[in-house]
Amino acid sequence: MKFDTVIIGGGLAGLVAGISLQREGRGTAIVSTGQNALHFFSGTFESLTEAPQRMTDLFGEAGIRLHYRPGVRLMPMGTFRESALSLEDVDLFPSPEFARKVLIVNFMGYHDFFSSFLAEGLEKQGMQCRIRLINLPEMDKLEQSPSEMRSVQIARTMDRIWEKVVQEVRVLLKDEDAVLLPQVFGLQDTAVPGRIRQGIPARVVFAGTLPPSVPGIRTQMLLKRRYEVLGGTYLMGDEALNAHVHEGVVHSIVTKNLDNHYLEADHFILASGGFFSKGLRSNPFNITEPVFGLDVEYNQDRNAWYDKAFSADQPYMQYGVKTDETLHGLSDGKPFKNLYAIGSILGGTRPELGSGAGLAVRSAFAAADVILSEAKNLE
Amino acid sequence: MKLQEYTVSKHNFEECMKCTVCTAYCPVLQVNPLYPGPKQAGPDGERLRLKDPYFFNYALKYCLNCKRCEVACPSGVNVADLIQAARIKYDHSKPKLRDTILASTDFMGTVARPVAPIVNGVTKLGITKSAMDALLRIDRQRTFPSYSPRSFESWLKRRDKEQAVFQEQVAYFHGCYVNYNYPQLGKDLVKVLNALGVGVQLLEKEKCCGIAMITNGMSEQASKNARHNMAALRKAVVDKGLRVVTTSSSCTLTMREEYPNLLGVDNADVKDSLLMATRFIFEKLEKGATLKFKAGFHKKIAYHVPCHMEKMGWGVFSEKLLRMIPGVEFTLLDSACCGIAGTYGFKKENYAASQAIGAALFDQIKTVNPDVVACDCETCKWQIEMSTGYTVMNPISILAEAIEIE
Repeated sequence: MKFDTVIIGGGLAGLVAGISLQREGRGTAIVSTGQNALHFFSGTFESLTEAPQRMTDLFGEAGIRLHYRPGVRLMPMGTFRESALSLEDVDLFPSPEFARKVLIVNFMGYHDFFSSFLAEGLEKQGMQCRIRLINLPEMDKLEQSPSEMRSVQIARTMDRIWEKVVQEVRVLLKDEDAVLLPQVFGLQDTAVPGRIRQGIPARVVFAGTLPPSVPGIRTQMLLKRRYEVLGGTYLMGDEALNAHVHEGVVHSIVTKNLDNHYLEADHFILASGGFFSKGLRSNPFNITEPVFGLDVEYNQDRNAWYDKAFSADQPYMQYGVKTDETLHGLSDGKPFKNLYAIGSILGGTRPELGSGAGLAVRSAFAAADVILSEAKNLE
Repeated sequence: MKLQEYTVSKHNFEECMKCTVCTAYCPVLQVNPLYPGPKQAGPDGERLRLKDPYFFNYALKYCLNCKRCEVACPSGVNVADLIQAARIKYDHSKPKLRDTILASTDFMGTVARPVAPIVNGVTKLGITKSAMDALLRIDRQRTFPSYSPRSFESWLKRRDKEQAVFQEQVAYFHGCYVNYNYPQLGKDLVKVLNALGVGVQLLEKEKCCGIAMITNGMSEQASKNARHNMAALRKAVVDKGLRVVTTSSSCTLTMREEYPNLLGVDNADVKDSLLMATRFIFEKLEKGATLKFKAGFHKKIAYHVPCHMEKMGWGVFSEKLLRMIPGVEFTLLDSACCGIAGTYGFKKENYAASQAIGAALFDQIKTVNPDVVACDCETCKWQIEMSTGYTVMNPISILAEAIEIE
């Protein structure tokens, strides 16, 4: 099968690149080994200090509203981090003290939302907190299987019964000027977070839960749908195994599901992610990029990969593939002519600081621009 | 030293990072609180079962084996295989009469076909449905697929001379559905392949692929069928050098993946030659073969990728073929399970869950309002037709309708 561009990796970087190319009439395919880091997405693009118009346009066309308000966002454990751009239902505040008194509401039996840590963090900023649990009969069904009382299962129920949450919160609310709720709203029905805000006479803030991330899955679903509506071919659950390369030009890739049916293209984008997504692989001796064998930037001394202090910055998190200035992947120091690396597979990044989403979008646009600057080959 | 090669576990069990992504895509978890979910039933449960079989949970029977957890897993864990393998290993309860009947598609077809008009009439009667509901717990709201008075095998056998004329030949694994219930799909395939200059022959006696036996606790019978089918496939592929095409995504997945992974029946020598017909046809057209399409053909098609097609990753071939037909207005439906999962939805205890799982898909079909829904799976067809009223056609049948034969 022949495409203009084949993209390896179907997360944020791969989808943004795919949509950018499809929009300009380039036929693309995305090969995705299962789901991706959007399932852990905080909902903010932390390394971006501005909101590029083309980004808000691209997300807007997919039905995802972004808002730009430089300030700080509330982290799931009650700390704050600087950020400028986020999904509409993820709040950004000019300063951490966003209210005087906060009512923190959680669901009975839901353990992936850290009310006490949040309260502690907010109280440090001078806000008074009160924690309350609500128990809705519709959620008893979920509680029968306690191991599966997770954000997504709750969100599916909440798409239907969010009005009851509004009623419960209104009863609980005393003199608080803000209400904190877990981020379990608007999985399918994107209007739900807005309706909850309208229904509660206080500022409503949705705070992060343990994964899967509900705003992240929503973002994944909407971007994928947009990509497919534009005619993109999304091969979910397939894995790029290796490539046919001749004199620095990639001709095709081999995938697990399509075996001897190769995916040919004029351009290839590698957006296969870091260690978690197996875009990078490590063993006791080295770190490799498995599909094209790109050069990887890492310390040859294995003992230098880790810091033994668990919560310290871990050096291996910055490892990644080497590219030239226009993101062409390098092999033995020489660039492939038609292969671009984007997203968290790139070296020198700090995804643990939340820079992953911003980097993914920026590098995706950059690679798409290089491809679009070249003439289209297919009919 | 390649240390990690020695630590590869069965079904990639140890690759699980506990990321919970699978739980977000399990259709059963959304509707049935009794099901522990793919993470708990699969890799988490396996860790306990390996220590003590006592931890085997009979609620694993609620797994549809739709494989959506595997498609979603970023770490390559074969979650559904872990669940089905555990059922085979630890669940020794004897299958119920109802489950045996539902799983014995070959036997039922052989018995019912000669008296098809009577059987078809009787199974549609309200009293029969009530009786089956009460006695067998097969939900009365289901309608059994009709049996055809003449089998596909006998139809093709009478045409073996005209098929032998073609220089290029393929063998066709038609499956129980085409043979006993809907020979028209097989005839449509023959029409399309003949138009491409390819003759079609039968395998030397095929049997049911065994998928329903695996999910209904009859793995021994399934293994017997697997060994029988592998022998038949080998005769075609290894001895005669033929490729084997299919029109059912579930039969294909079963023979390509479940035989080695769940039943321990090796298929390495024939796997690459066993293809969905849509992939075979797409590849022929890509290499320069042509089909002549009718002028003025128009159809608004919504394509549903069956779960097992999604797992194989071959929906793209059916999609591209359908898009290739002039006059087709194409919509790709969101990836979702229709809820029937073979015999699962026929069981009274699963009926409500089955319909709830499919609800989003049915709504989307109604919104798109196509002339026809395209789908490569016969049980999805029954479910979607019953639940939406829209006609469902295999992409091969749509292709057969769209081509011009000189």
